Amino acid sequence: MRIHADQEKCCGAGSCVLAAPDVFDQREEDGIVVVLDPAPPAALHDAVREAAAICPAAAITVTD
Amino acid sequence: MTTAERTAPPDTLTVPASRAPGCPFDPAPAVADAARTEPITRATLWDGTPCWLVTGHQDVRTVLGDPRFSADGLRPGFPFLTAGAREVIGQKPTFIRMDDPGHAKLRRMLTAEFMVKKVEAMRPEVQHLADDLLDRMTAGRNSADLVREFALPLPSLVICLLLGVPYEDHEFFQERSGILLALRSTPAEAKAALDELVEYLTRLAQAKRERPDDGIISRLVARGELSDGEIASMGRLLLVAGHETTANMTSLGTLALLRNPDQLARLRAEPALIKGAVEELLRYLTIVHNGVPRVATEDVVLGGSTIRAGEGVLCMINSANRDATVFPEADALDVARDARRHVAFGFGVHQCLGQPLARVELQIALTTLLRRLPDLRLAIPYEEVPFRGDMQIYGVHSLPVAW
Repeated sequence: MRIHADQEKCCGAGSCVLAAPDVFDQREEDGIVVVLDPAPPAALHDAVREAAAICPAAAITVTD
Repeated sequence: MTTAERTAPPDTLTVPASRAPGCPFDPAPAVADAARTEPITRATLWDGTPCWLVTGHQDVRTVLGDPRFSADGLRPGFPFLTAGAREVIGQKPTFIRMDDPGHAKLRRMLTAEFMVKKVEAMRPEVQHLADDLLDRMTAGRNSADLVREFALPLPSLVICLLLGVPYEDHEFFQERSGILLALRSTPAEAKAALDELVEYLTRLAQAKRERPDDGIISRLVARGELSDGEIASMGRLLLVAGHETTANMTSLGTLALLRNPDQLARLRAEPALIKGAVEELLRYLTIVHNGVPRVATEDVVLGGSTIRAGEGVLCMINSANRDATVFPEADALDVARDARRHVAFGFGVHQCLGQPLARVELQIALTTLLRRLPDLRLAIPYEEVPFRGDMQIYGVHSLPVAW
C-alpha cells in the first residue's frame, strides 16, 4: 500500500489523524495533513482506507 | 415579509419542515418520507423559493464535495433557511459562506487552532471544567436543568478560553447567538444581534492589540492580515458555532441515552465505548437538522435529475445519516456500531473545523455525567421536554434531570 496526501486539497479537519494516528499527523503551523508512514504495514491498511473514505476534502489517495 | 406569505403548492415539501408528529430524535417526517421515495427531490423553501433536497448519503457527499455547488451566500439562488440568515449573510459574510480560494485562505488561519494534537492536550482542562460544573450542579441538590448548568456552560467556557473572550459576558453573547439561530427571528432582530456581537468582538480585538493574550483573537490580531472588523466576524462565527452545537449534542445525547436504557447500560458497563458512542450519537441525532445549503454554479446531473445553474440545494445530512445502505438499522441507536462515516459535521472542504474539539468535549461531558450520576433520570414527563424544532440547531431548550 502506498499513500499520497494532497496538502493543497487538505482542509485540516483532522479526521485522518483520528482514524489512523500511526499513519497521519497534522503540521504544527497550519494543521495540514502529514503522512508519517507512506507505506504502512498490513495491520494498518483498514484504518488507512477508512481515513481516505472519511477525508472530507478527498485529499488522501491509496494505491495497493 | 411579503415573500414569507407566499404559500407553497399543497403537494410540495416545504423546508424547514415541521418535526411533529414523530419521534423527536428522527428527521422531520416529511423529510424522512422524501428520503425513502426519492433520493433527490424538489422542495419549497419557507419563502416560496423552489430548491432541491438531497437526502442519500452518497449524493450528499457528492454535492458537498463538488466545487460546482457553491457555498457563497452572495450568489443569486442561494437557499437561505431563514429570513434572518438571508439578512445576515449580506452584512458580514464569514468563510463558511465563501468558496475557495477565499475560503481556504481564511480557514487556514484557524486550522492549527483546532488540530487534533492541540485539542487532545486540552483534555485535562476540559475535564476539570466538567467536574467543576457538576460539583456546583449537584451541591446540596438532587435536580437541575442540565442545559443551563452543564451542557451549555461547558462548551461556552471552552470556546471563551480558546478565543480569549471573557466568560462573564456569557449572557450577552449566548442571547444573541440564540437570536441568530432561531428560525423565527425577523431580519431586523437577526441584524441587531449580529451587529451587537460584531461590535463587541471588534472592541475585544482592539483591546487585544493593546494587551495581547494567548487566545485565538489575539493571535489573529498578531498575524496582521485582517482588520479588527474581519477578526470580529471570524470570532463571531467561532463563538456562535462553539456554543449551541456541542451544548445541544450533550443534552440531546443524554436524553437519547435515557430513552434507550439498554444503550445507556451498555455504555455505563463499557466506558471504553465512549469514542464510538459519540460518533453514533452524532449520526443518530444530527442536530444540523434543516440541511446544509449550496447553490449550483453550472448544470449538474445528479441521480437522474438535472440541477440547473443558480438553483439552490439543501443537503439533508440528517437523512444521509439514516441511510440504511450505509448504516444498517439506521433508525436504531447502537453505541457499539461503527458510525465513523456519518456526515454530522458536513462533508467537503467546509466540514466542521471544530470537530476534534467537539469530540473531546462530548466524550468528556458524557463520560463524566454518567460516572458521577449513576441514578441520572428525567425529572419531568418525557412528553413535556421542550424540543428545539424552532431553532437551526436542534436539541432541547431545557432538560430537567434528577439523580
